Amino acid sequence: MAEADEISAGRAPESGLESGLRRIAARISADAAGATGLRRLSGGATQEIWRFDLVTGAAPAPAILRRAPGGREISGFAVGPETEAALIRAAEAAGVPVPPVHYVLRPEDGLGQGFVMGFVEGETLGGRIVKSEAFAAIRPLLARQCGRILARIHSIDPNEFPSLERTEPQTLISRWLDAYRATARPRPVFELAFRWLARHCPPPPRVLHLVHGDFRNGNLIVGPDGVRAVLDWELAHVGDPMEDLGWICVNSWRFGRVDKVVGGFGDLDDLLEGYAAAGGAAIDRAAAKWWQVLGSLKWGVMCAGMAAMFRTVDPTVERAVIARRASETEIDLMRLLAG
Amino acid sequence: MQDDPQPGEVIGAVAEFLRRVVASEADPLLAFQARVAINALEMVRRQLELAPAAAAGECRRLAAILGRAGDLADLDAEFAGKIASGELDLSTPGVADHLWATTLAKLAVDQPGYAAYRAALAERSEGAPAPENKT
Repeated sequence: MAEADEISAGRAPESGLESGLRRIAARISADAAGATGLRRLSGGATQEIWRFDLVTGAAPAPAILRRAPGGREISGFAVGPETEAALIRAAEAAGVPVPPVHYVLRPEDGLGQGFVMGFVEGETLGGRIVKSEAFAAIRPLLARQCGRILARIHSIDPNEFPSLERTEPQTLISRWLDAYRATARPRPVFELAFRWLARHCPPPPRVLHLVHGDFRNGNLIVGPDGVRAVLDWELAHVGDPMEDLGWICVNSWRFGRVDKVVGGFGDLDDLLEGYAAAGGAAIDRAAAKWWQVLGSLKWGVMCAGMAAMFRTVDPTVERAVIARRASETEIDLMRLLAG
Repeated sequence: MQDDPQPGEVIGAVAEFLRRVVASEADPLLAFQARVAINALEMVRRQLELAPAAAAGECRRLAAILGRAGDLADLDAEFAGKIASGELDLSTPGVADHLWATTLAKLAVDQPGYAAYRAALAERSEGAPAPENKT
């Protein structure tokens, strides 16, 4: 889907949005006289992403607008653009590489809910990050870097974000089991995985941490010098920090490099060493595996749920094909549990 | 009996048309969507070719594990329920082999290029007998 995001660039902008951005340009940045070149980068279900240029005295400054769909409501577990902007600012203060947040839209702007941030140059497509020659030198260093970044994310005080959902391993099992039972057909491999998760469920974390919630290859901007920004904070919540460490190891984000456990570019030892070196808590490897199994199963349940969406609200070929990717997670789960 | 060409052949021709005519279009979004459509057609073609034998094997293995005959959907639902309750698990004779064979057969249709599938085929061909329905 990331590929579709990138190449759908150039879609006709929604009328009024560019003139609205022009009108509030000086609020976004004191030295901005206008805004031009608006184009849509993505049509995500929970977020719109637009790129444009702020017209300044010097060179145009590229910027990104993240906005709720149509500027309105937020769905599912997403935190909403105002909270997302606050999370990114807190992450920056904690030393996490993120795009600078320039401005959070206000009701009087008339542009809906969203925020404007600086454009960070680099690669987000996971397949290129794990394969391209341009990243050959930095790849061996990325897992350690991700470990350090996660330790800094987990150092953010969750009490700054009282509106975020508090989760526990046990309640996550129930949530995804319910989502799975709501799909049309039984799946023995998923049943096996739920059973395994229930039997090996870690206790609730002693200390709750801020969890990014979608920290994986595909949500990182990577340059030849390493990770330049962590994106997509909309699934952030408060819970067990191991969730983030397990999620980036899920095979679905290794882009074919199954032997490189961390995002298709690195090794678990490096991730854990980087995490510990930056002050992260000691890691229980069994817990890392538990969160990886939950992560694969969660993505599998999401894919399986796409079949119903295909038959109702979104009868597109892309939706049909994603629904059939649930079986990829079944083989991943088999290798984790019965390999 | 329907005349030739067979469904798989027609689907192949449509995929080839999309590849030669549409995917080579200059518009990158349309080309991307055409590639998604080609992949979908190729998946359907593999399903037409492989699914009948795969389903027969799945049904036969389930009947052996559950000790009764029945149609595939019924047997699979009962099997899934017994995994969920813990009555059957990976230590039950036939269960692990059945889950592997079934999962590999699904991937042979859905995503035969998936790296974990290729890896599982390679791992399981060393030592263990080759899975059924493998492409």
